[in-house]
Amino acid sequence: MDAILDLIRLFLRSAFVENLALVYFLGMCTFLAVSKNVKTALGLGVAVVVVQGITIPVNYLIYDFILKEGAYLFPANLEFLSLICFIGVIAAIVQILEMVLDKYFPALFNTLGIFLPLITVNCAILGGSLFMQQNEYNFTESCVYGVGSGFGWAVAIAALAGIREKITYSDIPKGLRGLGMVFVVVGLMALGFLAFTGI
Amino acid sequence: MLRKLLDRFEPLFHKGGKFERLYPVYEAQDTFLYNTGEVVKGRTHVRDAIDTKRMMITVVIALIPCVLMACYNTGYQAGKILETSPAFVISDSAPPQGLPTGLAGWRYEVMNTLNLKYWDVGDFYKNLTAFDLTRIVSCVIFGLLYFLPVYIVTMAVGGACEALFSIIRRHEINEGFLVTGLLYPLTLPPNIPYWQVALGIMFGVVVGKEIFGGTGRNFLNPALTGRAFLYFAYPKQISGNSVWTGIDGYSGATALGKIAEPSSTGPVGETLATLYGPSSGATWSDFFWGNVHGSMGETSAFCCLLGAVILIMTRIGSWRIMAGVLIGMSAFSVLLWLLPKQETVWNILPHWHLVLGGFAFGTVFMATDPVSASMTNTGKWIYGGLIGFMTVLVRTVNPAFPEGIMLAILFANVLAPLIDYFVVQANVKRRALRYVA
Repeated sequence: MDAILDLIRLFLRSAFVENLALVYFLGMCTFLAVSKNVKTALGLGVAVVVVQGITIPVNYLIYDFILKEGAYLFPANLEFLSLICFIGVIAAIVQILEMVLDKYFPALFNTLGIFLPLITVNCAILGGSLFMQQNEYNFTESCVYGVGSGFGWAVAIAALAGIREKITYSDIPKGLRGLGMVFVVVGLMALGFLAFTGI
Repeated sequence: MLRKLLDRFEPLFHKGGKFERLYPVYEAQDTFLYNTGEVVKGRTHVRDAIDTKRMMITVVIALIPCVLMACYNTGYQAGKILETSPAFVISDSAPPQGLPTGLAGWRYEVMNTLNLKYWDVGDFYKNLTAFDLTRIVSCVIFGLLYFLPVYIVTMAVGGACEALFSIIRRHEINEGFLVTGLLYPLTLPPNIPYWQVALGIMFGVVVGKEIFGGTGRNFLNPALTGRAFLYFAYPKQISGNSVWTGIDGYSGATALGKIAEPSSTGPVGETLATLYGPSSGATWSDFFWGNVHGSMGETSAFCCLLGAVILIMTRIGSWRIMAGVLIGMSAFSVLLWLLPKQETVWNILPHWHLVLGGFAFGTVFMATDPVSASMTNTGKWIYGGLIGFMTVLVRTVNPAFPEGIMLAILFANVLAPLIDYFVVQANVKRRALRYVA
């Protein structure tokens, strides 16, 4: 029972308290660029949840069995390789995922479209794996952390898209229109998410 | 006569006139005092006599009980300390020098001049139940000396920002600021430095509202944005134990602050009674009527209730949002109450949540802001429920902040457009299905 409660707490913490987008400000390029309307933002959000949920546990396995000092398969300390390893693993997994979706779920593939390859270079994804390593999660925890952090990012981008759709009716000063305003909005959103700090 | 005066000056502000750029300022004065000059003719356009201006004025009227209570209670709390706390007691004959510097300062001088220093008499506090007009009036005036400067600073600085934007961007000055400018000081503690008041309202008006194009186009509540800015930028002056009464150097935690201490266990009523001491009175009704310290306008749930009645009767505040907040708060706090926890924070029942801190004030006046809330009816229920849930979450589960209503409303403001999106999509889908069938 306690273990489950801990996992729920971890999920909530990764989704809201340590929100990748609004607390760590990771994955900003896609966060700002693909939030013009809610529908695409939701598509990207789902893609991020899926990719986070797969890459973080896989990276955990690689880290735990190969890279860590005194690891089972390779006893030497290879931790200095983790950054480059994680990037490679993410790129490979996204590529495989894309091919699998294309073959078996063409409808989903079409909805995700350009977002899957975009995610490969998203720093939120790499950040998730690095946080996993830094916080020394075990396998279950890294699964939960992956889904949780992806979910938090998805909520943030969907909310931003909702607000951006709403403020298209606003009368914004000329110099601030477009991305300038989005930065201000993201800052104010982060103010709203501060409610969770400390949980 | 006023009308004539306005008419005489009107050409000056029209295109080509001397003060063309100041037209918004003139327009605001004119339509505030009289009706708008452009009356829509033709039946189809006239649906109701109400426009944004009258709507905002109604909110201001609904706020009057809270303002009166804010003045009375601020003065009362400050006077109570001057009278009863050993460190601050002044004897009948003691000159003002007996006061530590900055304790009541110029306010003491003013009260002295008016001969209203009710705390000198020493007996008033002991006869709390006795109705005494002089004491009430003294309390209100003493409280006004706290509230009025904050209010004046808010209106001057915020109004200047608003006017500046209107003039440069050529839109009308909206009465929305009257509401923002009244809500904002009510959420502040009495002893806040005036420069912070100015900074907060400036942030709220400019970043929270004006850069989006003014009233009706923002997505966060401007008053709350300003307060949240202060809360995170200068936590020392707006949270903690020593800011909630007008007397410098007097430390008294708010009820929520005391409850949130990990050492507090057992039911709320008992905890508060032991913490405040039996004589000072910390019963549920004290919190309901608002005879406790806190931010200036938020203490009295009763005055907020009066405001709620006005807002709901005139259909300006959404009853769906208020009901949603209550349901969300009740459901989640009862759920937490069922958990086998000893600490007081986990055992606050809904009727206590309602009267503690700024819950009532936030629910009635902040959450119902029609601009930043959800627009759809179903969305309003969800939005309200989210606020209630988040408030209890922050108060109970989050040890970092004792009070959660401000953060809960800001968070719900952020999610409100998304909630609307899903409600609209669900509706579209339902109707499409009906069409197919």
